[in-house]
Amino acid sequence: MTSQNNGLKSYLSAHMKDYGLLFALIAIMAFFQIMTDGTLMRPVNITNLFLQNSYIIVMALGMLIVIVAGHIDLSVGSVMGFIGALAAVMIVNWDMPVWVTIPICVALGGVIGAAQGYWVAYWKIPSFIATLAGMLVFRGASLWLLEGQSVGPFPQSFQVLSTGFIGDFFSRETTAPIAELVGSRNFNVLSLSVGVISAMVIVWLGLRQRARGKAYGIEGEPSAFFWGRNIIVLGALIFLSFKLATFRGLPNVLLTMGILIVFYAFVTEKTVIGRRIYALGGNEKAAKLSGIKTERLTFFAFVNMGVLAAIAGLIFAARLNTATPKAGFGMELDVIAAVFIGGASMSGGSGKIVGAVVGAFIMGVLNNGMSILGIGIDYQQMIKGLVLLAAVVFDVYNKQKQA
Amino acid sequence: MSILLEMREITKEFPGVKALDRVNLQVAEGEIHAICGENGAGKSTLMKVLSGVYPAGSYDGEIHYDGQLAEFRTLRDSEDRGIVIIHQELALVPELSIAENLFIGNERAQKGVMNWHETFQETEQLLKKVGLKDSPGTQVDKIGVGKQQLVEIAKALAKDVRLLILDEPTAALQENDSRKLLDLMLELKAQGVTCIIISHKLNEVRYVADSVTVIRDGMTVSTLDAKAGLSEDDIVRDMVGRDMSNRYPDRERRAGDLLLEVEGWNVWHPEHSERQVIKDISFNVRAGEVVGIAGVMGSGRTELAMSIFGQSWGRNISGTAKLRGSAMDVSTVDRAINGGLAYVTEDRKSLGLVLDETIQFNTTLANLEEVSAKGVLNPNEETKAAEYYRKALRTRTPSVFQKVGNLSGGNQQKVVLGKWLFTGPEVLILDEPTRGIDVGAKYEIYAIINELSAQGKGVVMISSEMPELLGMCDRIYVMNEGAFVGEMPAAEATQERIMSLIVTE
Ligand SMILES: Nc1ncnc2c1ncn2[C@@H]1O[C@H](COP(=O)(O)OP(=O)(O)OP(=O)(O)O)[C@@H](O)[C@H]1O
Ligand SMILES: [Mg+2]
Repeated sequence: MTSQNNGLKSYLSAHMKDYGLLFALIAIMAFFQIMTDGTLMRPVNITNLFLQNSYIIVMALGMLIVIVAGHIDLSVGSVMGFIGALAAVMIVNWDMPVWVTIPICVALGGVIGAAQGYWVAYWKIPSFIATLAGMLVFRGASLWLLEGQSVGPFPQSFQVLSTGFIGDFFSRETTAPIAELVGSRNFNVLSLSVGVISAMVIVWLGLRQRARGKAYGIEGEPSAFFWGRNIIVLGALIFLSFKLATFRGLPNVLLTMGILIVFYAFVTEKTVIGRRIYALGGNEKAAKLSGIKTERLTFFAFVNMGVLAAIAGLIFAARLNTATPKAGFGMELDVIAAVFIGGASMSGGSGKIVGAVVGAFIMGVLNNGMSILGIGIDYQQMIKGLVLLAAVVFDVYNKQKQA
Repeated sequence: MSILLEMREITKEFPGVKALDRVNLQVAEGEIHAICGENGAGKSTLMKVLSGVYPAGSYDGEIHYDGQLAEFRTLRDSEDRGIVIIHQELALVPELSIAENLFIGNERAQKGVMNWHETFQETEQLLKKVGLKDSPGTQVDKIGVGKQQLVEIAKALAKDVRLLILDEPTAALQENDSRKLLDLMLELKAQGVTCIIISHKLNEVRYVADSVTVIRDGMTVSTLDAKAGLSEDDIVRDMVGRDMSNRYPDRERRAGDLLLEVEGWNVWHPEHSERQVIKDISFNVRAGEVVGIAGVMGSGRTELAMSIFGQSWGRNISGTAKLRGSAMDVSTVDRAINGGLAYVTEDRKSLGLVLDETIQFNTTLANLEEVSAKGVLNPNEETKAAEYYRKALRTRTPSVFQKVGNLSGGNQQKVVLGKWLFTGPEVLILDEPTRGIDVGAKYEIYAIINELSAQGKGVVMISSEMPELLGMCDRIYVMNEGAFVGEMPAAEATQERIMSLIVTE
C-alpha cells in the first residue's frame, strides 16, 4: 500500500507541471465564476472569451514553435497590426475583393517572417534583436499605411471571419423544443455534437496511447489520474459546447482556432519536422551533426510565425471592424507570456502546444474576469505580471525538486 | 592509520532507479583510495552524496568524517571541511583566465574589490605546485584538456583541501598527461592530502592506489588492499562478477575491396584563415577493415573526421571522397549520412546528445526516415529501435524513456553509439569511442565493431589509448600536426614505433 502511495506521489511530483496548469485554469475559472456571480460562465461571455482570445491563441501556436526552437519573436504584435491595417486599406480604400485580400495578406505575413528569419537563421543574428528591429519597423509601417487614421468599417463578408457563427444542421423550428427544455432562446445541435465528439476522440486517443504504453511496459499515468484528468476535460468540453449551443452556436473563429490547434499539436508531437524542432532547441550542435538542416528549420519557424501573425491580424481587424494605427501594440508580450505560462522553457527544446493554449486561456480568463469585476487596467497588468512570474517559478521549483 | 572518512549503508534512490544500495566505504587518512565499477554502478552518485551535491536527507545512511557525523547540505558545507570534488565534467569557465578560475567563489578581495596582485601571486605558486608553466593570465580555453585538469587540481589546492575527490580525471587525457597527473597525486599524498579517485583505467589505479573499493549495481562488492600488489584481473573480476581473460574479442581478419577512399584532403581553420589544419591527407578503408588513427591530442584527428563528415568543421575544404570507387557527396551532414558515413563524436554531451530528451528520442534522431511514413512518426517503430539497441549494447537503464541526461557517462556513450548504428552506415568513424567506459562495456563495444567488420563494413577508429588501437585495428595511420606521418599493419605496430614517428617529425 505504501509503495503504491509512493508511486502516486512520485508520479505526481514528476508531472506536477502538466497537472498544475490544468488545475490553475480550473481554479481561476472557479474563482471568477464565484466572484462575478456567474457572469463568467454565461453563454454570451463564454462566446466572448473565445472571440477575445482567438488571435492570442493563434499567435501562441507559432510562438511556441519559435521558442521551442530556441528563439523569440518580439515583432508579432506589430506584424499583426500591420496586416490588419493593410487589409483595411486594400478592402476599404482600394475596394479590393475580400477573397483576394486574405491570401495576399497571409502570404505577406510569411514574407515578413522570412525577412526576419533570414537574419536569425543564416546570419546568426540573435532573434531578440532581429525581431526587436522588426517590431519597430512594422509599428512604423502601420502608422504610415493608415496615415495615422483609423480605417473602417469592413464589409459584412470580411467581418464574418470573426463575428460569424456556423449554421446548425437543423432549422430553428426543429430545435425549438430542446431550447424550451433547457430554458434558452435557441439551441444549436451542431455545437453540442462537436463538443461531445471531440471529447470522445480525446479520450479515445488517450486510451490508445495508454494501451501502447502498456504493451511496451512503460509505467504510464496511474489510472486514477488518467480518468480524473479525462473526466475533467470531457466535462469541460461538453459543458462549454452546451453553453455555446444555448447562445448562437459555434463561432467561425472557434473552428479556425480548433483546426489550427489540432494541426500544430499533431505537427509538433507526431511528425519528423516537429521532432527536429525539439532537437534543434535541445542541442543545436548535436542536431546539426545528426543531419538536421538547422538553419532552414529556424528560417521556417519564423516564416510560420509570420503567417500566423497575419491570420491573427485579419481576425483582429474583422472583430474590431476597423484598423487602428495602434492595433497590436504590446500584444507580443501577451503571446510570449501565454507560452511561458504554458510551460515552455526559455532555453528551448521543451514546451507543448496544449500548454501554450491553456496558458493563453489562463491569461484570457484573467483579463475577462477582472474586466467584469471592473478592476482597472493598472491592477490588471500587475496581476498578470505576477501570474507569469508565479507560473515560471512553480516550473523551476518543480524541476529542482526532481533533481 | 586513522580513518578519515566512513560512509555507512548509503542508499540513494532516483525515480525508478536505486543508484546506491547500502554502500559502505572507508578511507584512511593520507591514502589514495580508488573506486572502481562498471558504468552506472553508482560511483559518481556516491561522491555526489559525499560532497553535498545531494544534500543530507535526500539519501539514507551516515557519513562520518574526521570523527564526526557529517550532514552536508551544499557543496559549500563540504568544502568548508576540506572536501573538494573535481567532477567528471570539467567545471572551468572557458572565457576566464587561469587565475580567475582558480579563485572563483573564493576570491582574493578586500571589501569586494579584487586584489589582483595577491590573486596572481598565489596563482603562480599554485601553478608551480601542479607543475604548470603557463602564465596566470592565460585564458582557460587556450590550454589543452590535460592542463585544464591540472588547473582544476590547483583550484582545489587553493581551498585548503584535505580530502580530494577526482571523478575520472584522466578519461580525456593522453598517457603522458595522465602520468603527470598521477605523479602529482602521489606528491599530494606525501604532503598529507587524502585522495579518492574514480577511474576505468586500471593500470593507473594500480599505479597510484593504496586500496580499491569495487562497486557493482550500487552495492559494495569488496575493498582490496593494493599495497600488497594487485593485478588488473583481480579488480576486473570483482567489477564484472566473472573472469575476463581476453580484453579484445577475437575477429577473423579479412580485408575486402576498397570501401572508402579519401584523397588530397585539405582543411583550413574556420577562424584563422591562414592556418592549415589538415595537410594533404589521403587514406583508405577496405570492407571489413578496422583502421586506426593514432596521434597525440591536437594532432587534428577530430578535425579530419569532422571535416569529412559533412564539412562540419573548417573552411576551404578540398579533396575527394569515394565510396566503392564512385565519388561521394559529403558537403552536408545529411548527404554524408545518406552516402553511408556515420561519425560518433568525441564529445558526447555537447555534440552527441540532446540531454533533456529520452534514450528513444536520441536513438532515432539521425535516422527519422526509418521510423516514419510520409513524415509522420511511428512511435512503435521508434520504441522497437531504441529497445533493440538498448539490449544489443546492454545499456543500463530502467527503460528507453529515461532522460539521457540521467544516465551514467558510459551509458550515454552507448546511446550515442546506438544512434549511429541505427543509421546503418557503410563506414563508421569512431572518435574516442571508449572514453570513460568500463572494461566490460569496452569489450561489448569492441564486439560490436567486430560484428560490423564481419558484415563487410569499414570502421575508422580514432583513439588516444594505444593498446586499444593495437588490440583492435588491422592497420594504423599515425597522424601528427595535421598530416599523416606513417602507416603500418597493426601486426607490425608497437607503441614505441608509433611514438617515435610522432616525435621525430
Ligand atoms: N539524476 C538522476 N536521475 C535518475 N537516475 C540517475 C540520476 N543520476 C544518476 N542516475 C542513475 O544512477 C545510476 C548510477 O549513476 P552514476 O553516475 O553514479 O554511475 P557511475 O558509476 O559514475 O558510472 P560511469 O562510470 O558511467 O560514470 C545510473 O543507473 C544512472 O542512470
Ligand atoms: Mg561517473
